[in-house]
Amino acid sequence: MSTDTQHLQPARRGETVLIPRHSVVTRLTHWVNVLCFSVLILSGLQIFNAYPRLHWGQVGADADPAFITIGASGGQGEPQGHLTIGSFSVPTTGILGLSREDGRWTPRAFPAWLTLPSYQDLAAGRRWHFFFAWLFVINGLVYIGNGILSGHFRRDLALHRHELAPRHLGREILDHAHLRFPQGDDARHYNALQKLTYIAVVAVLLPTMLLTGLTMSPGVDAAFPVLLDIFGGRQSARTIHFITASLLVLFVIVHLAMVILSGPWNNMRSMITGRYAVRQEGPDA
Amino acid sequence: MTVLTRRRFLIGNTLGASALALTGCDGWDSGAEPGAVIRSAEIVTMKVQRFLQGRDALAREYAEADISLTFRVNGTSQPDNEDYAKLAEGRFASWRLKIDGLVDRPQELSLTDLKKLPARSQITRHDCVEGWSAIGKWTGVPLGSLLASIGLKPSARYAVFHCADELERTLDGSGRYYESIDLVDAFHPQTILAYAMNGENLSVGHGAPLRLRVERQLGYKQAKYIMRIEIVDSFASLWGGNGGFWEDRGYEWYAGI
Repeated sequence: MSTDTQHLQPARRGETVLIPRHSVVTRLTHWVNVLCFSVLILSGLQIFNAYPRLHWGQVGADADPAFITIGASGGQGEPQGHLTIGSFSVPTTGILGLSREDGRWTPRAFPAWLTLPSYQDLAAGRRWHFFFAWLFVINGLVYIGNGILSGHFRRDLALHRHELAPRHLGREILDHAHLRFPQGDDARHYNALQKLTYIAVVAVLLPTMLLTGLTMSPGVDAAFPVLLDIFGGRQSARTIHFITASLLVLFVIVHLAMVILSGPWNNMRSMITGRYAVRQEGPDA
Repeated sequence: MTVLTRRRFLIGNTLGASALALTGCDGWDSGAEPGAVIRSAEIVTMKVQRFLQGRDALAREYAEADISLTFRVNGTSQPDNEDYAKLAEGRFASWRLKIDGLVDRPQELSLTDLKKLPARSQITRHDCVEGWSAIGKWTGVPLGSLLASIGLKPSARYAVFHCADELERTLDGSGRYYESIDLVDAFHPQTILAYAMNGENLSVGHGAPLRLRVERQLGYKQAKYIMRIEIVDSFASLWGGNGGFWEDRGYEWYAGI
């Protein structure tokens, strides 16, 4: 995203102009990320299905208390799928715990349409996960390196003091709630909520994903035992990995909703060609 | 072959754009035969982990108080064959660990012989590939010192562990459990042939009379019911050729993550 329009045709007030919004690196890394994230989530759910219980601490297995469980219970009557968080349990038959695979009711935490591969295959799920994890890390390094060197982070993501004022943030939240999106000159920059969200994703959620993933590795733990202390153990790391992944899915849902609500074609064009249409404001050229 | 694989990979990537289409990749990347490109990540993971660890970085060791009250028995819980049943009946007095292959002095060691050797005890975390973990205390003979005393031929590269249990019933015996590690892991200070768990003789469920502990890798590398250690320069000719029971079924040979 850039506000540099000098090389474009001078436009008159009220006219719509295409401004360069996303650099080629931003666009490329964005779409590689879409691919990586999709594969990582779907293969991650496949891996989760192999042991659909989440614990806290260094250890945890079937005999230990779990605070999140997705399972199926048979009993006397019909089998039921359920999601259990602490002592609270909700029936989720059809989606979680028990769902149809090739037409047959199958006990599995996440359903076939949410896992990669669709059938139960931990080995294949792991292969997909680790290959795309590497691609995701390399892609992330390219994005971060470029963001720093090109000035993209400083120019477009750094928050200004006035943006953090409660009144300003309050107004932005209200505007978003009313689906009033920035127009004209305001649309040339990320707003404060966007900046805060992107910073949270890039600087907090994604690094947490990576580090908790690595903490589950006995090999990495030997090299960096401090990871076990940071996240409180391998099972805690697995739980944080799952919760952070859920937050990222939530981000993607909101992100897609905002893309659609604030002008899907303009947004898509800017992420594919780099050009974003805004109405010209300010003095006539 | 390579060209085909790359094209399939590109097709996969195109499909990857949508979550729904992704499940269409099932066909070309089943667990038994994952695409070569996807498989390549294992080599990168191993090289990077080995570089970061160095040879001797230790897996964390825990306190007695951390030992899991229940340590899940996984894989085989009771090898189902007469030979093993007889050994177990005699409390493994007639059991012998055979060490052969590319060694200077092949050995047959009894449990008593092993227990006379300098031992190491370690309280470590066992991480199953499925995701669960448990902590146990293991006592046994460091594999590195044992191999050093026997002497390895210059061409030695891997230690293969042949086990007594058959995890999958097959006519050709290919369901027999086996595992392999390279010499970096074989000579790691925490790699031991454990005959005791939590201060008592190894139970049948946990691999009596002898199991491997290779602490920087996942649970399926920790072979139970070891009968023979074969030192080889390649495991390509053994069973499925991938170096282990689970490796022959699609899992990574390098199980550091």
